[in-house]
Amino acid sequence: MSMGFGGDSIYREIILEHYQHPRNRGTLDPADFTYEDTNPLCGDELRIDVRVQDGHVSEIKFSGRGCAVSQASASILTEMVEGKSLDEVKAIGKDELLDEIGIPVSPARLKCALLGLKVLKAGVYGVDHANETLEDV
Amino acid sequence: MQTTSPTTPALDATAIKADFPILNQPAPAGKPPLVFLDSAASSQKPTVVIEALDTYYREYNANIHRGVYHLSEVATSAYEATRRKVQRFLNARRPRECVFVRNATEALNLVARSWGGANLGEGDLVVFTAMEHHSNIVPWQIIAEEKGARLGFVRVTADGQLDLDSFDALMAQGPKVVAMTHVSNSLGTVNPVKELTAKAHAAGAVVVIDAAQSAPHMAIDVQDLDCDFLALSGHKMLGPMGAGVLYGKHELLDAMPPYMGGGSMIRKVTLEKTTWADAPSKFEAGTPAVGDVVAFGVALDYLTGLGLDNVWAHEHDLVTYALTRLAEVPDLALHGPGADVARAGVVSFSLGEVHPHDVAAILDERNVAIRAGHHCCQPLMQALGLPATSRASFYLYNTRDDVDRLVDGLMDVRRVFHLG
Repeated sequence: MSMGFGGDSIYREIILEHYQHPRNRGTLDPADFTYEDTNPLCGDELRIDVRVQDGHVSEIKFSGRGCAVSQASASILTEMVEGKSLDEVKAIGKDELLDEIGIPVSPARLKCALLGLKVLKAGVYGVDHANETLEDV
Repeated sequence: MQTTSPTTPALDATAIKADFPILNQPAPAGKPPLVFLDSAASSQKPTVVIEALDTYYREYNANIHRGVYHLSEVATSAYEATRRKVQRFLNARRPRECVFVRNATEALNLVARSWGGANLGEGDLVVFTAMEHHSNIVPWQIIAEEKGARLGFVRVTADGQLDLDSFDALMAQGPKVVAMTHVSNSLGTVNPVKELTAKAHAAGAVVVIDAAQSAPHMAIDVQDLDCDFLALSGHKMLGPMGAGVLYGKHELLDAMPPYMGGGSMIRKVTLEKTTWADAPSKFEAGTPAVGDVVAFGVALDYLTGLGLDNVWAHEHDLVTYALTRLAEVPDLALHGPGADVARAGVVSFSLGEVHPHDVAAILDERNVAIRAGHHCCQPLMQALGLPATSRASFYLYNTRDDVDRLVDGLMDVRRVFHLG
């Protein structure tokens, strides 16, 4: 290897593991809500389908294509919200997801890392509200 | 400057690199020096250009074409001197055929809005190619929509060249205007614009050439090409961001309405009516980027001092070397023309299933700067069936060592993604 990875590399095992072995990849038909969005900068595409039972996320699937950071963080996110109530999902902030990822994300990659959360929030709240609550995403 | 050349006889890129402060900054701790492979997006600037900006603002900053005082005269004279440098650089017949704009995007919008607005009508055919940058697509779509004109597209072959049969078929329909890029910013394809211009003229069309990716790298002669309009960006050819050029044949420019209204572009203004100044002033409303234009003139001096033929030969050597080295990287697919045809110093590629953004991010950790994405060419990416690519582009300050650093970095990407 020409040089070691600095402490700033986002390409550590958690990202690669979830990228190459994604959890909850796929689609749900029917779903209680579905939302998809793109990151125009890199062309990342992400769709999330959710089934809700008794106000809780009973099943969640994500699909799409894009960089390892966007796809892996979506995979991590689906594991975080499985079984949670919609109120708990609404309360998830970007810091919680970034903590779960556990790797410093540079400003340039923040949009990639948070695309899944933006899509999920848009699905839970409806688009307008998601933009209000995550306007700096 | 050093006298030995580690790369090619055409240029001593190692010595040239020493002229670019940004390429000689200390690297962040633990990182090797910067390798900049994104000059197709914007080039770096040599010390002489940076100093020209500094000198302008320290010594003769003033608005031009108005003041009778000394500073304004000096600024005006430096601004107009650059226009004559552009005229010589492009071999235009007259300086007044060279209009200063911000960049090629503004130049193309000017042509579409002003020439297109005055000359396009219902059902007229506007032709551009599927390999255009968005800046040579969107302005034509806007004006065509407004005027009820039709759009025709020259197709691109699987190896990233213009499909000349589809070009000929469009010419048979008698287009009003043909807009095409000289060099593809995504693939490095060099289009036969002289031959295509002759065919378009024979079909009765006006020809607009986007030279943003050619003017920095090869000698351009607008009289030889016989194009009607040609657009370039100074910031891609060692100049500051803020100075670009629209070349237009003077008889066309003279007949065109203004693009923007304001100061400098008028002959006489009353409350009811205004008459226009002659070109180029007619198209230079408001205070221009005088300092940027003056420093762009210094960039042109730097380029012509090296010789555009030498720049082209150096980049040809680099891209040939790069294509050979990249072919050694397993799972790497090259897009666009091969080394067997004349191509510019732009190389687009995919590395297995790894997303181009991940490729670029891992290279960035090794201080190698490349571009990833659709390169403002979404229709081209669609035509080639690619969501996005990684792109390395070379300029006169790049060396074979830079190509080696790129290849080493790509081998690291393979390891990170466990490609074996």
